[in-house]
Amino acid sequence: MATAVMTTLDPKSRSAARGMSDLSIRNLFIIPTIVFLIVFNIFPLLYSLGYSFTDFRASSPAAANFVGLQNYRELLNDPFIWSNFAITAKYVIVSVVGQVIVGFGVALLLNRDIPLKGLLTTLLLLPMMLSMAVVGLFWKLLYDPSFGIINYTLGLGSFEWLSNPDMALYAVAITDIWMWSPFVMLLSLAGLSAVPKHLYEAAAIDRAGSFYTFFRITLPLVAPILMIAIIFRTMEAFKTFDLAYILTSQPTTEVISIRLYKMAFQEWQTGRSCALAYIVLIMILAITNIYVKYLNKVKER
Amino acid sequence: MAAVTTSAERSLNKLAIVGVLIVTIIFLAPIYWIASTAFKPRNLATTIPPTVVFQPEISPFVKLFTKRSQLRTAPTPEQYAAAPWWERLVFDGGEKVVRSGRGDVQWSGYPNRFMNSLIVAITSTILAVGMGTFTAYGFSRFKIKGEQDLLFFILSTRMLPPVVVAIPMFLMYRAVGLNDTHWGLIILYTAFNLSFSVWLMKGFMDEIPKEYEEAALVDGYTRMEAFFKIVLPEAATGIAATAVFCFITAWNEYAFALIMTNRRAQTAPPFIPSQVGSGLSDWTVIAAGTFLFLLPVAIFTFLLRNHLLRGMSFGAIRK
Repeated sequence: MATAVMTTLDPKSRSAARGMSDLSIRNLFIIPTIVFLIVFNIFPLLYSLGYSFTDFRASSPAAANFVGLQNYRELLNDPFIWSNFAITAKYVIVSVVGQVIVGFGVALLLNRDIPLKGLLTTLLLLPMMLSMAVVGLFWKLLYDPSFGIINYTLGLGSFEWLSNPDMALYAVAITDIWMWSPFVMLLSLAGLSAVPKHLYEAAAIDRAGSFYTFFRITLPLVAPILMIAIIFRTMEAFKTFDLAYILTSQPTTEVISIRLYKMAFQEWQTGRSCALAYIVLIMILAITNIYVKYLNKVKER
Repeated sequence: MAAVTTSAERSLNKLAIVGVLIVTIIFLAPIYWIASTAFKPRNLATTIPPTVVFQPEISPFVKLFTKRSQLRTAPTPEQYAAAPWWERLVFDGGEKVVRSGRGDVQWSGYPNRFMNSLIVAITSTILAVGMGTFTAYGFSRFKIKGEQDLLFFILSTRMLPPVVVAIPMFLMYRAVGLNDTHWGLIILYTAFNLSFSVWLMKGFMDEIPKEYEEAALVDGYTRMEAFFKIVLPEAATGIAATAVFCFITAWNEYAFALIMTNRRAQTAPPFIPSQVGSGLSDWTVIAAGTFLFLLPVAIFTFLLRNHLLRGMSFGAIRK
């Protein structure tokens, strides 16, 4: 209807005659957001880039001295920082692998004829919507060696979770798996429901085994969405701060964000922490880049 | 899956139902434990074996909102009789409500932090969704040079780790006096949610047929009128869903709040954990505070259930 009228009357020229032109509306709508993000995200980062080349300490009135690349050099040669990165990597692997197994597994179960499927799915999604800091805190009670329900239910006696240096990181990862498996489940369900039914029917006619069906039909078709979930969770697990910070204070759970927080706001090594922040930032941007490529790929399908 | 026919399939389905039920129970157990602890008498919160059946009490909530101190001597019968019902609950727990010299009840820190959370989350949501809606319309309808790069730039601001952004922001806020203020947090949360809101709203805007506005333009509307009278009402559901997501993110945020606030503008997420291990550490009170704090999000999750997929994937995956 509208297209037919448009051939006789160009809407652009009319709206330009009255009111604002499309060009100025476009600028009015977009520029404030870009400016806001530049002022409150990019400018601060440039500010801290400057400080990363100094020995500035925010706790002392002494002026910052330019030290060149010294902060970066020292950080990259510091075995303790590397061990923080190693802890972070271990944490990322344990929690993301756990989330994929649990999340994808539950999605496979839910992708059948389940009564009350909608309600159960929503209930299962609840953990990821809640505050990590506040719910995470409560896991302290659940993990408690003497009266926690986890030890009681599993019959573990007074097993130490959070105060055991070897166990604490896994305990944090378990809580993270509890919170974020639902995310992997949600995305997997979307992928599973998009697999065309006729493929399964064809496989059944060919008497394909369920093993074959899963690896040759289900998995390849769900893979792109599953990939998005994995990259996104990897990025988030890499940045993790709240859970590990609240649950334990073991040196074995000092992931890179916690190290950064302590360096900046407890030890007040402002200049050096800015340099570390930049090292972390570059890593995050690299993962983000991969993530966005995948997002666009899936969008195009 | 469509038709379940064979008996093997049917028993597999039954297994799946049992599996889903078990998983649901495990996943909900921690949340149930928070909710039930919030209504327990203090002496039943940390028992072995865990107390599952009990007479629910409201006393944890009374304790949550009031400032209390340990009772040295039991209250006299007259004191007890003169006290309102909620104060008796505190007496029963071996504590008393702290009163000022004029007899006014002293509040705990919780209501204040809860209000701060509300102020910061609501204001930043309005700002982020407002700006995000305009920007999303701009990206959806107009040709923009380097559109993909700009969108990537917008998204990447969301991916920055909070602690990384917090270091320079802390220094800048200190210079201009925004540390420990509502506006300080509101600005940070708005910036954080803005990119999300642009991405999500762009998806919703893309779904509104261009023809609607074009018809309106032909009818003599200006572009602005068409936007406000045609596009915005069409986008209402999307705006509401985006707003709820932004609210939840701001409501739950911890790291910025921990670093940027300490007393005046502190929100609930850094406050609640700080109460553990303090002299009056009482898990029932912490559970009560947690319960009230989680309740709005739990309700919102149910309202949002059909938009969760879209929101969690930044609008990339729609069903």
